Amino acid sequence: MAEKTCELFDCGHRACGGCGAALAARLVTKAAGKDSIFVSSTGCMEVFSTPYPETAWKVPWIHSLFENAAAVASGIEAALKKQGRKEKIVIMAGDGATFDIGMICISGAFERGHDFTYICYDNEAYMNTGIQRSGATPYDASTTTSPAGKCSFGNKRPKKDMPAILAAHGAPYVATTSIAYPADLLQKVEKAIATPGPSYVQVHAPCCTGWGFEGEQTIAIAKLAIETGLWVNYEMIDGKITKVKKVVRKPVEEYLKTQKRFRHLFKPIRQDAEIAAIQAIADKNAEKYGIDIKLNKKE
Amino acid sequence: MMEITEGSHAVAEAVRLCRPQVVSAYPITPQTHIVEALADFVANGQLDAEYITVENELSALSACVGASAAGSRTYSATTSQGLMLMAEVVFNAAGMRLPIIMSIANRALGAPLSIWNDMQDSISLRDSGWLQFYAEDNQEATDLHLLAFKVAEDNSIQLPAFVCFDGFILSHTYEPVDMLTQEDVDKYLPKFNPAERLDAADPISFGMYATPEYYLEFRYEMDQAQKRAKDVIAKAGKEFGEMFGRDYSALIEGYRLEDADTAIVAMGSICGTVKDAIDEMRTAGMKVGLLKIRVFRPFPAEEIAKMLSHVKRVAVLDKNISLGAKGATAMEVRDALYGSAIPVKGYVLGLGGRDVRKRDIKEIVAFSEKGPNDQFYGLRKELI
Ligand SMILES: Cc1ncc(C[n+]2csc(CCOP(=O)(O)OP(=O)(O)O)c2C)c(N)n1
Ligand code: SF4
Ligand SMILES: [Mg+2]
Repeated sequence: MAEKTCELFDCGHRACGGCGAALAARLVTKAAGKDSIFVSSTGCMEVFSTPYPETAWKVPWIHSLFENAAAVASGIEAALKKQGRKEKIVIMAGDGATFDIGMICISGAFERGHDFTYICYDNEAYMNTGIQRSGATPYDASTTTSPAGKCSFGNKRPKKDMPAILAAHGAPYVATTSIAYPADLLQKVEKAIATPGPSYVQVHAPCCTGWGFEGEQTIAIAKLAIETGLWVNYEMIDGKITKVKKVVRKPVEEYLKTQKRFRHLFKPIRQDAEIAAIQAIADKNAEKYGIDIKLNKKE
Repeated sequence: MMEITEGSHAVAEAVRLCRPQVVSAYPITPQTHIVEALADFVANGQLDAEYITVENELSALSACVGASAAGSRTYSATTSQGLMLMAEVVFNAAGMRLPIIMSIANRALGAPLSIWNDMQDSISLRDSGWLQFYAEDNQEATDLHLLAFKVAEDNSIQLPAFVCFDGFILSHTYEPVDMLTQEDVDKYLPKFNPAERLDAADPISFGMYATPEYYLEFRYEMDQAQKRAKDVIAKAGKEFGEMFGRDYSALIEGYRLEDADTAIVAMGSICGTVKDAIDEMRTAGMKVGLLKIRVFRPFPAEEIAKMLSHVKRVAVLDKNISLGAKGATAMEVRDALYGSAIPVKGYVLGLGGRDVRKRDIKEIVAFSEKGPNDQFYGLRKELI
């Protein structure tokens, strides 16, 4: 079965039906091609793709720990250099591995300037261990460690701005993209890989299990994140924002009400102030990145 | 050629001659002179390696994991707090069967902070799957690196190895060391050629996860490789002896032990002091000998039982303590002698750099005939 397809991230993995991260793996391996070495961190992707003795990866792949993918990749790059080999190195790590526990390794590796591409598949929480919050969890999302309750509306802080942090390290290419826009994703990953030095691509990868929606809604929800301005697709070259996906913005409510992690904002009573606070985050994004398409008033 | 040199420099020179392709380490006292010397070698073209200046020890060993999996000979060095920060990767590298060599300039663990010598650091990781070599002097510290690379990289072993030598006592001491030449080392140590590596032409997956149906066998295989390492060390140690005149085929060594009534068991630089004390005790007519452990993992239990079969009592010196239990060596030696009637007494001493002198060894020998089974030796009573 596996031999018959031309995918490098193949069928037979054990992700939930409709998993955004699995789709990201398929697209990223397609963009990287077979002359690449993949490095994963501990998390959903590692677990659903490599239950011994099976593997979904048809490219060389290594997983060491939760926090050290960038350091492992640094060593691989050094070894390839010494051996005169030319494979591309691609890291695929979760948001927990990237925003939180792997920060030191990532900072060191980007500062040293290794030639690799770091892809963060961002499903906005620690999914593998049962949906706990991470530094990428959005404001007010309910997770198992930031549960909504009588005294809480869920996660108390907005997402950490990881792309800006890596751009500040001097990364020549930083981009955000989404599994809802495969052409954009493929193009950005190719560009990241072609750029010498460390590059970073953050992929919005909705998680039906962790966010609470039906698996067939994954793409629609990823699109709504962009259409409401809660996720922005852009490119940063040498620290400057060069390309932004523009939208005719919808109210954030349309995105929030599709997912159980935001259900407490609507039931048992509607939390207008919280919804307004989230709308303000989208408005700020719109202003910062210039995503709004101005409609002709006469129409 | 004999050279008067510092232990760290002799070790760095031996590592250079082993031609690692990737070196990744983070400075920590008393290991610093090794990594500084290697950085110098790379900067001056004497070592053709990538030297990755990482941001901490966890990344140092993680980079070695990546480089080794990609098929390069890799080296790191650390001690104490650095080794503890690496601990998660230490177990991981062994599980992935990556033959990384790491020097440990043995040092105590905080708190309280101590930069001085004992063996708590490497002993605390004795269950990790790494081979563990312990040097008595700088000649051994130097030679054991060659042996370690050869054994670890053997396709029947594929386990990483610590080469341990006492911080300051050896690392910062100048003494004569017979330095080998590049030609010598190239003859002894074949090129690293692992059976499996990360390679786009032949993709495999490293570091997968294993369900309960598979995990136990992975650990069994590692334990088997540890046990096989005894023979591989014997062979590689003998070959070393034939080529350079110093035979390392034995995992343990006896000193004036053949007719001894009391055997002292020890590891590392303390063995030198013990030998001097034994010479003096022998002159006074006492039948005392030393059993030196050079390889702690794999643990030479049968070899120890055989070598000690004739003695009347055993005194084990431990520069480590499994708090709430005993010194690690005492526990393992007692286990090795299980079933014999030979009494084994354990002495925890020298922790955090407390000096151990000849007269201490003599006192311990006297204690071993009466005294309790296990004790801290050399406590300052006024502080307790
Ligand atoms: C040092 C360490 N701490 C904690 C864990 C437990 N753990 C494994 S995966 C994971 C979360 C992974 O989150 P993320 O990187 O976002 O990936 P996801 O599972 O969401 O795809 C955690 C907390 C671990 N494996 N190692
Ligand atoms: S829990 Fe989420 S990220 Fe993990 S496999 Fe399921 S859908 Fe994918
Ligand atoms: Mg996640």
